[in-house]
Amino acid sequence: MTALQHLAVGSRTLVQLAEPDDFEAWRERARVLVQGDVPPERIAWVEPGGSGDLFASAGGAGQQCLPVAPADAPPVRANRRFVQLARNALLHRDPERFALLYRLLWRLQATPRIMEDRADPDIRRVEELAKAVRRDNHKMHAFVRFRLVESGEGDEAGEASEHYVAWFEPEHHILRANAGFFMRRFANMRWSILTPAGSLHWDGAVMHEGPPAQRGDAPAGDPMEDLWRTYYAAIFNPARLKVGAMLKEMPRKYWKNMPEAALIPELIAGAQRREAAMVDAGALEFAERPETLAAIDTAIHACRKCPIGALENHAVMGEGPQDATQGFSGLMIVGEQPGDQEDLAGRPFVGPAGQLLDRHLEKAGIDRGGAYVTNAVKHFKYVQRGKSRLHQNPGAKEIDTCRWWLEGERAVVRPRLVLAMGASAARALLGKTVSISKARGAPLALEDGSELWITAHPSYLLRLDGEARTTQAALFDADLAAVKARLTELCA
Amino acid sequence: MASQTPLEKLAILADAAKYDASCASSGTAKKDSLGGKGLGSTERMGICHAYAPDGRCISLLKILLTNHCIFDCHYCINRKSSNVRRARFTPQEVVDLTLAFYRRNYIEGLFLSSGIVKSSNHTMEQIVEVARILRVEHDFRGYIHLKTIPEADAELAHQAGLYADRVSINVELPTDAGLTRLAPDKNARQIEGAMGKVKADLVEAKDARKRFRHAPRFAPAGQSTQMIVGADKASDADIVAKASRLYDNFGLRRVYYSAFSPIPDASAVLPLSRPPLIREHRLYQSDWLMRFYGYKPAEVMQATDADGNLPLDIDPKLAWALKFRENFPLDVNRASREQLLRVPGLGVKAVNRIVASRRHRTLRLDDVAKLTVSIAKVRPFICTVDWRPVTLTDRADLRALLAPRREQLELFAA
Repeated sequence: MTALQHLAVGSRTLVQLAEPDDFEAWRERARVLVQGDVPPERIAWVEPGGSGDLFASAGGAGQQCLPVAPADAPPVRANRRFVQLARNALLHRDPERFALLYRLLWRLQATPRIMEDRADPDIRRVEELAKAVRRDNHKMHAFVRFRLVESGEGDEAGEASEHYVAWFEPEHHILRANAGFFMRRFANMRWSILTPAGSLHWDGAVMHEGPPAQRGDAPAGDPMEDLWRTYYAAIFNPARLKVGAMLKEMPRKYWKNMPEAALIPELIAGAQRREAAMVDAGALEFAERPETLAAIDTAIHACRKCPIGALENHAVMGEGPQDATQGFSGLMIVGEQPGDQEDLAGRPFVGPAGQLLDRHLEKAGIDRGGAYVTNAVKHFKYVQRGKSRLHQNPGAKEIDTCRWWLEGERAVVRPRLVLAMGASAARALLGKTVSISKARGAPLALEDGSELWITAHPSYLLRLDGEARTTQAALFDADLAAVKARLTELCA
Repeated sequence: MASQTPLEKLAILADAAKYDASCASSGTAKKDSLGGKGLGSTERMGICHAYAPDGRCISLLKILLTNHCIFDCHYCINRKSSNVRRARFTPQEVVDLTLAFYRRNYIEGLFLSSGIVKSSNHTMEQIVEVARILRVEHDFRGYIHLKTIPEADAELAHQAGLYADRVSINVELPTDAGLTRLAPDKNARQIEGAMGKVKADLVEAKDARKRFRHAPRFAPAGQSTQMIVGADKASDADIVAKASRLYDNFGLRRVYYSAFSPIPDASAVLPLSRPPLIREHRLYQSDWLMRFYGYKPAEVMQATDADGNLPLDIDPKLAWALKFRENFPLDVNRASREQLLRVPGLGVKAVNRIVASRRHRTLRLDDVAKLTVSIAKVRPFICTVDWRPVTLTDRADLRALLAPRREQLELFAA
């Protein structure tokens, strides 16, 4: 006589589980049922609060009729893969999970390798359940937000102890399964996690389980949340809005318990405005750079990309031959910016510094007419003092902005050798500020294959007197002589 | 400056840090706070504690110690000649913020970088000091990622590795010429030299732990780097070549790509429009092909167009398969795992499932459909007992059939 004979034919075995998430209890019962040879379709699994309770009341006060396994029953087989999946799948809120797992365990006895058949519908369903639970676990690790409660009771040291409390709404029966994670992470902190299905309390040494809670049991805010929201808003890059990617990983259902989520609608709405503002502030729709000197000349007159362009002045274009047919020697001379007289004349190097330059060029045997002469910055930067306009050095940012035009001129003229006079010109060619005294006297290779020579600006000589002027003028001459020699060499 | 509140400083220094793409907190040594005095744990998986509307994960408190900088790199919002607001945290302020965020479960740990103030060594000392206070004074066992400065002393970089889970040095630009042009104060040799030193330290520490159980760990999550895409003229082929060289030479865990974003106060040597974000995505896909799908760098480069760039409308794996159609269709019941990994639409998981399932049954098209995300994408490239794509692979318009319909790829595409 088997233990099952007291059940009416066609009736079902009711199996009650005390907890919805107790894998070990399910495993105990399933083992006995398999050994007792109870087929899956004859079992009704009942979890607390589940719809399975209907059977319990119909069948009379929920008695359990677990079979007694025969002494010689073979051991129940379950491989590691099954146990791994089942442990997670059992936490799913789907009421069918116990039956599904039992059916699989049942089939596993006859077909031990069934777990490998990923195309089997039962296997796929269990994998789905386990995956949903793993995701829920992961989201709990990520989205629980603790809030600080200063509790009145002092600890041994007499200090008020800090208690961190979180409210979280998991989708599946995962609270207990994740106690270990939070304990390992916050081992020396007093914390509680409250959920609609139960609560966990850790006091730094022992974990307690508590009854279900309500949102109102957790604190409503934390002073740190302002900083956290500030961080959240600042780390967001409005130039790369990807709302879909965010929603996929952080669905709306979690938002209500995350302090930073309140900012999301405004951040999205502001992103387009902000990006437009960023592009404007960065100045810039130089979509295509003009490809002829005439076009650059026209464009620089309209250029307002930096504040200098907005002053009362005129753009001054470089001048000189642009290729060998026009007598170009291969030399490009770059100064700083037009001065008062250049601005009025509309031509580079016609003022006092220009005249000084001409004298030194002549001395070195360099024909200015064969060189292309231009400036790092195309507009005159000044401050008005009474009737006169006082020269101001262009800023690094202004030089960098205007570099666009200089590079346009270089692309057309294609010099073999560039002579940069002064720190501003050197920056316009190198992208960084260098010391003239260190950089002068030796060529530097530029990206396009041309050579850069750096020297002082002639206006620097104008500001010096006596011995200093003589010394510097000699250095200037030496630089020009070296340039002349090198140019001859390059063109030979 | 003194009047800045912590809120203002955080806003400035987090804003300044957002151009670093990395936010990973995975792949480090397992640790927890049981038996310790402080808090924190790291387990196998990284955790993303929030997502910003740019779709990026927020796992770490990613900030700069300061955005003052003596360098003048054109693509960088914090460069010396930029007009951004500046702020500076003390190491203690960063420590307090990290711990306060960590206790509330906002973050996995800290990602600390910095502009260069005074000198490279001074800055590196400050960065290391933050990590020291966290690890030594507070017994913090969460994740720490430190950006190390290639110009600083090797000894400081070594200390950083002893406290941090991961260290990284940005190569910034895919070509040396790009670096010279856009980051005139940086030097490619120096950057690679520093990465080489970190690799040597990693190897040595690993070796020591084999012999002595208590030998100190050195950056258990390894080193990574970042390249900016679209700020110079480098093609995708250049970038892939550079990345694979970096993986080979320096044992990197990851190469991150960051599509150049127009930054406030940009300088004129930069392109003004940003490259399409999808380009960055395609580069990551090619990175995946090399790391997980067994493609060689040269094979990824075969998928590029004539100009050396990966197609934007289809993924690189599909592009490769369309170019080398003679390899397809593959019989899912017979083809090797390596071959199946080349089928567009089959990921590593799907291939594993197919290989496991076919021991038990001969797969039909329906079965494959159950194991993959989209059978429509896979179908032209496979055979099953009941399916053979007779005409599909020969069709000239196959690409048009498989490419996603032309849609707006970005919300604000220019």
